[in-house]
Amino acid sequence: MILKSLPKKQIRVFLVLTLITIILASAPWWVSRADIRLLGEFYSFLALAVLWNLLAGYTGLISVGQQAFVGVGGYAMFIVTAKLGISPFLSVPISMLAAALIAGVFAPLLFRLNGAHFAIGTWVAAETISLCFFMVPELGGGAGMSLPTDVVKSIASSRAMREMTIYWLMLGLGLGTIFAVYALLLSKTGLALMALRDNEIAAASLGINIWKTKFVMYIAVAAATGAIGAVIFFQKLRISPESAFSLNDWTIIIIFIVVIGGIGKLEGAIVGTIVFFILRETLADYGVVYLIVLGVFAIIIMMFSRKGIWGMFEEKFKRSLLPVTREP
Amino acid sequence: MDNSLLRINNLSSGYGDFQALFDVSFCLEKNSVLGLVGANGAGKTTLFKSILGLLPREKSMIQFQRQDIGHLSANKLAGLGIAMVPEGRRLFSSLSVYENLQIAADYGRKGYWTIERVFELFPILAEKQKMPSLSLSGGQQQMVAIGRALVANPEVILFDELSLGLAPTVVNDVYAAMPSIIESGISAILVEQDIERVRKISKNLVCMREGKIVLSGAASQFTKEQLTTAYFGE
Amino acid sequence: MNFIELIIQGILLGGLYALFAAGLSLIFGIMRLVNIAHGDFIILSAYIAYLVISYTGVHPFIALLLVIPIMSMLGYMIQRYILNRTMGDDILPPLLVTFGLAVIIQNTLLTTFSTNTHRLTAGDIDTASVGILDMHFGLLPILTFFVAIIIIFGLELLFSYTKIGRAFRATSDDREMASAIGINTKHVFAMAMALCFCVISVAGVLLAIRSSFDPFSGPARLIYGFEAVIIGGLGSLWGTLVGGIILGIAQIFGAHISPSFQILAGHLAFFIILAVRPKGLFSKVE
Repeated sequence: MILKSLPKKQIRVFLVLTLITIILASAPWWVSRADIRLLGEFYSFLALAVLWNLLAGYTGLISVGQQAFVGVGGYAMFIVTAKLGISPFLSVPISMLAAALIAGVFAPLLFRLNGAHFAIGTWVAAETISLCFFMVPELGGGAGMSLPTDVVKSIASSRAMREMTIYWLMLGLGLGTIFAVYALLLSKTGLALMALRDNEIAAASLGINIWKTKFVMYIAVAAATGAIGAVIFFQKLRISPESAFSLNDWTIIIIFIVVIGGIGKLEGAIVGTIVFFILRETLADYGVVYLIVLGVFAIIIMMFSRKGIWGMFEEKFKRSLLPVTREP
Repeated sequence: MDNSLLRINNLSSGYGDFQALFDVSFCLEKNSVLGLVGANGAGKTTLFKSILGLLPREKSMIQFQRQDIGHLSANKLAGLGIAMVPEGRRLFSSLSVYENLQIAADYGRKGYWTIERVFELFPILAEKQKMPSLSLSGGQQQMVAIGRALVANPEVILFDELSLGLAPTVVNDVYAAMPSIIESGISAILVEQDIERVRKISKNLVCMREGKIVLSGAASQFTKEQLTTAYFGE
Repeated sequence: MNFIELIIQGILLGGLYALFAAGLSLIFGIMRLVNIAHGDFIILSAYIAYLVISYTGVHPFIALLLVIPIMSMLGYMIQRYILNRTMGDDILPPLLVTFGLAVIIQNTLLTTFSTNTHRLTAGDIDTASVGILDMHFGLLPILTFFVAIIIIFGLELLFSYTKIGRAFRATSDDREMASAIGINTKHVFAMAMALCFCVISVAGVLLAIRSSFDPFSGPARLIYGFEAVIIGGLGSLWGTLVGGIILGIAQIFGAHISPSFQILAGHLAFFIILAVRPKGLFSKVE
C-alpha cells in the first residue's frame, strides 16, 4: 500500500536497496572470515549512527547516553539466554523491550532538561544504569560474564555457521534500520518529524504534539538500539559493565560518524561510517590517534560547514541517494 | 559643500533569501532630524538593522562622515558615534536603571551627556535609578532607552517607533526632550507612525513602502494628502 | 562515624563540587553554552600543574600562579577562535565542538602521559586534620570549601560591581543590543570563558592534591558539576553551592552504606530532585 502511493523515484531506491541487500547477504561465500567480522561491525555502527541521527537530526534530542540502551540490550540478552534458558533469537525482541522500558522510565525525567543539559542528563542516566550492573554479583559484577557454551551452541552448532548467522543478523539489523528509518521519513510521521526539525514552533501550531512525538521517537530509537546491543554481544560472547556501557564505542564514535557524514541526512550516516572505518583501519598502528583525528575533523565541520560531507556533496551536485522530498 | 553626516547608497538587504530592501538611498544632514515613515513591513526596522550591521550589507552602501562604514560591526559603529533607541526599548533586564545608563557610558564616548544630565532631562529616572529596569512604566523605560543612547555621546541616534505602545500624554513627555537633544548637536533619524508629529519635528522626510523609497524631500514641501498617498499606496 | 560528622563531610565535599559547577554555571548563564569538555579542562589544569611542579619543584598553590594564566589564555582562545564561530540559535554545533574537544584532550593526555595515575603533594596539608569535639575533618576539604565560598562570593561581586560584570549581564540579556551600545560581544564571551578557566584551574589543582587523576578522570567531574548546577537551579551561583552540598551529602551517605554505592547515591539524588523540582532549588532562568 505504501509503495503504491510513492513516486517512481522512491520505488527505484527501494529496488536498488534490495539488490544491495542480496549482494551483501551472499558475502560469507566470497569474503574472508576476518572481513566478515569487520563488515558485521560496520553494520552495527551504521545502524547506531542512523538511529542517533534520527534522534538528533530530526527531533533535536541530542543524546550522549545511547550506550545505556546498547548495554541494557546486551545484558538483557545475556540474562534471558544464560539465566532463563530462552532461545538467543527470541532474546532480541526481549532486549528491545528492556531498552524501551528503561527509556520509558528515564525519558519523563530527562525531558525536563533542555538542549545541552538533556545531553548530559542522558549520560548520567547511562552511568546510573551501568553502576547498577556493577552491583549485581549474579552477573559477574564489574568483571562481567561470558555467554555459556550451550547458549553459544544454540545459535548454531559449528563456528563457521555461527559467524554467518551473526553476520546475517547484523546485516539484517543494519539495513533493516535504514529501511525502517527511510520508510518512517516517507510516512506521515516523517513529515511531522521534518516539520519539527525545521521549526518547532511552527510544527506545534500545525497540531503536532511535540512532547509525544519526541517521547515516541526516543523510545523507538532506544528499542532499536537495544536490539543492536543484543546482536553486538552475540558476536563478542562476553559482557561487562565497562564494555556494555562504553561511552567511547557506542556514543562518541557514533556522534563523530554522524557529524562528519552529515547530520540530519540519512546518507550522512552511511558516508560517515565509511569514513570512520577507513580512518580507523589506516591509523590502526597509532593507537588512539584516530580518535583525535576524528575529533579535529568533527570540530572543523561544525565550524565551517554544519552539513557534513554528504551535505556539501548534496549542495554541490543537487543529488540525493535516498530522496525524502516528494515531487510536486 | 557636502553637509552629509550619514549617507545610504543603494542599500539592498534582507533575511536569508528574502529581500526586504531594494536600492534605498537617502542622506541625513548634520544637525538635523530626518523623519522616516511607512506602514508596517515597509522595511524601516530592516533599514536600521542593516545600518547597524545586524543584517548583511556592503561596504560602500553606508557612509558616515564621508567614510565607508558598511563593513563594520555594530560595536565599532557605536564607537564611531551611531546609537540606537530600538523598537520595544530592549533595556537590559538584569541591570538596574542606573546600570543601564552606566554600561552605555562605560562603552560609549565622552562628551556633553552624562548620567547626571540625563537625570536632569528626565528627573523621574533619578528617583527610580536603583529599580530593576523592567519594573518601570513603558514611558519611563523609553526614557531610559533614550538616556542610554545619549550617554554614549553619539553623532546620530536612530529612533525606532518612539511612541509605539505609549499613552498620548507620555508620548508628549518623551517628545518634549527632543529639542534639548538636537540642541546638544546630535542628529536623528526618526521612525514614527504619527505622520503629523514627524512632519513638525523633521527637516527632511523619507517615506518607504514595500522596501523601496516612494517619496523623499524637505518636510515642509509635502501636503498631508501627498504623504498619505505615499504611505498607503494607490 | 556519627550522623553529624557525615553531614559535615558531605558539606565539605560539596565545596569541591561547587567549584566544578561554578564555571559551568557561569558560562551557561552568560552565553547559554554547555561545555562538555569542562571536566577534561579541570584534569588538563591538573596535568599542567603537575608539569610545572616537576620542573620547578614549587608547592601546588604556587604552581597555580602559572596554571591560572596559562589556562585562562587557553580558555580565551578556544572561545574566541573556535566556539564563537559556532554560537547561534542552534545549540548543536557548540555542544558538538566541546564534545570533540573532550575527546581530543583525553586522548592527547593519554598519548602524552599514559594511563598512569598522578597526584600532587602539598606537604602537611595532605594529611592534616582538624578535630572538633570527637570528630575529625581533613584540612584540605575545609580549605576547599572555603575557597569555593570565596570564589562564588568574588564572582558575585564581579558581576554586580565591575564594568566587565555589567557587560556579562548585558550581553546575556540581549546580545544584539549589547553590541549596539559598543560592547564587543565576542570579546566578552571569550573573557567569560577565560574567567571560567580561572575557576577550572583552582578546581583542578585542589582536586589533584586530594585524589589521584588520570587522562579519563574528566567526565566524572563534568557530571558532578552538572548535577550540582541542575540541583541548585540554573543561573544561581549560590544555588550551585547548595547543589554541590546536596550532592556531596548524598555521596558521603552512599559511601557509608557501601563504598560502591557512593557515586550511584549522587546520581539518585540528582534524579530525585529532577523529579520533584525540575527547575532546581534556586533557579533564576525561565
